[in-house]
Amino acid sequence: MNESNRLPAEDRFSLNPMYLFRWEPTQDAHVLLYPEGIVKLNRTAADIIEHCDGRSGAAIVAALQARYPGDDDTVATGVYKFLEVFRAKGWIRRQA
Amino acid sequence: MPKDGSVVRLDGQGKPLWLVLELTYECPLKCPWCSNPVDYARRKGEELTTDEWKRVLREGRELGALQLGFTGGEPLLRDDIEELVADATALGYYTNLITSGVGLSEARLVKLKEAGLKQIQLSLQSSERELTDRLVGARVHDLKLDVARRIKAHGFPMVLNVPVFRHNIDQVADILELAADLGVDYLEFANLQYYNWALLNRDELMPTRSQIEAAEHAVQQMRERVGDRMTIYFVIPDYYEGRPKACMNGWGAIHLTIGPDGAAMPCQEARAIEGLDFPTVREKSLDWLWNESPTFRKFRGDEWMREPCRSCDDKETDFGGCRCQAFLLTGDAANTDPACSRSPHHHLIGDAVERAHAPGRTVVPLVMRTAGNARLQRSGEGDHA
Repeated sequence: MNESNRLPAEDRFSLNPMYLFRWEPTQDAHVLLYPEGIVKLNRTAADIIEHCDGRSGAAIVAALQARYPGDDDTVATGVYKFLEVFRAKGWIRRQA
Repeated sequence: MPKDGSVVRLDGQGKPLWLVLELTYECPLKCPWCSNPVDYARRKGEELTTDEWKRVLREGRELGALQLGFTGGEPLLRDDIEELVADATALGYYTNLITSGVGLSEARLVKLKEAGLKQIQLSLQSSERELTDRLVGARVHDLKLDVARRIKAHGFPMVLNVPVFRHNIDQVADILELAADLGVDYLEFANLQYYNWALLNRDELMPTRSQIEAAEHAVQQMRERVGDRMTIYFVIPDYYEGRPKACMNGWGAIHLTIGPDGAAMPCQEARAIEGLDFPTVREKSLDWLWNESPTFRKFRGDEWMREPCRSCDDKETDFGGCRCQAFLLTGDAANTDPACSRSPHHHLIGDAVERAHAPGRTVVPLVMRTAGNARLQRSGEGDHA
């Protein structure tokens, strides 16, 4: 997969400061709240966003690999793919 | 306040995810497109107390509400807004303040930030002082720009809401430039929806198709220029779409509005529908109002639908359009929204659009939202701009 190459592992990711990310008991899920919007996250998305606290792509991958031991390459590819989708949606920000 | 362009990526599962509190109908502005009832002045003195609003907040969270809008009228006319925001923050809401900016002093901004307010949605009507002040019937243009800068300086997301109509739509390009200069994060061009005061003034306010296309073009150019630095919403008004809007994501599906007097409504315009009863939070629990009230159940789901909605494939996505618009234009809220090209009443929309385009159209003054005009509505008189 070339997609993961588009996101250098050294880039740092953080939640868009306008967004609120938290566990919501009435939805039994994590949610993102922001101006005019509500998004209910599935477990994978929540796992990744939870780690978007200014750490690098490589560090997020490492954290997810530790949480889901097994196929490290699949986890890495998946994380980078999700990060790009989240960035495109404006949920997270990337700093080189 | 939920709008066309709002994003809800989850099924409400029967929960009122979006709670809107109309703290007061009082307002220092006189906007002739105001969404408040045309007889708002009759409800003066019925406003809920601070403790009553706090109970609404608590019960709303118990029902699963997540987004909370404080609106009005002008919500800053209430001196308990900071206290209510703090309460809502503690309960876990994402708190939104929808304001004209009038009354948003530096001291109140600081207090609101401390109280945990998440975003402020500021209205602006024009890029020109003279036009803004004339349209809203008050000298507020400079104040609004000042408030916009201070909202930004305090680290709030800068959400600018611009109602769009014939008088200001040709300024969309200028307003885009102004918004970019102000560092606006979200810019919402809200093409007017014609209820209440806006419906009274519809023939004057409705833009032409070519005006809308030019505005949309300007928006597209700015989107290409600013990329994701500024999110710009511009939704084509339903009068020109041929398709009805998926109003409120369906009646009683995810939206719950509480009026100044505590009336529970499926949307802010629902009082326009005659014959519906709107019990208040003073009489009933929020749980009962949302789950049991006959008004909320009346148009929930699709059992109430008639043809052409009943057998239409789009009923799952547009919910038959807007009940208020169906009532206001056809006299029956259970009819298909006439904005739908399949509605047997669609000609009503066509007629209104045609009047907007009529050459040599007679221009009449806008009926401003004033207490005097609110009383005079039935006799067709009132103060004009």
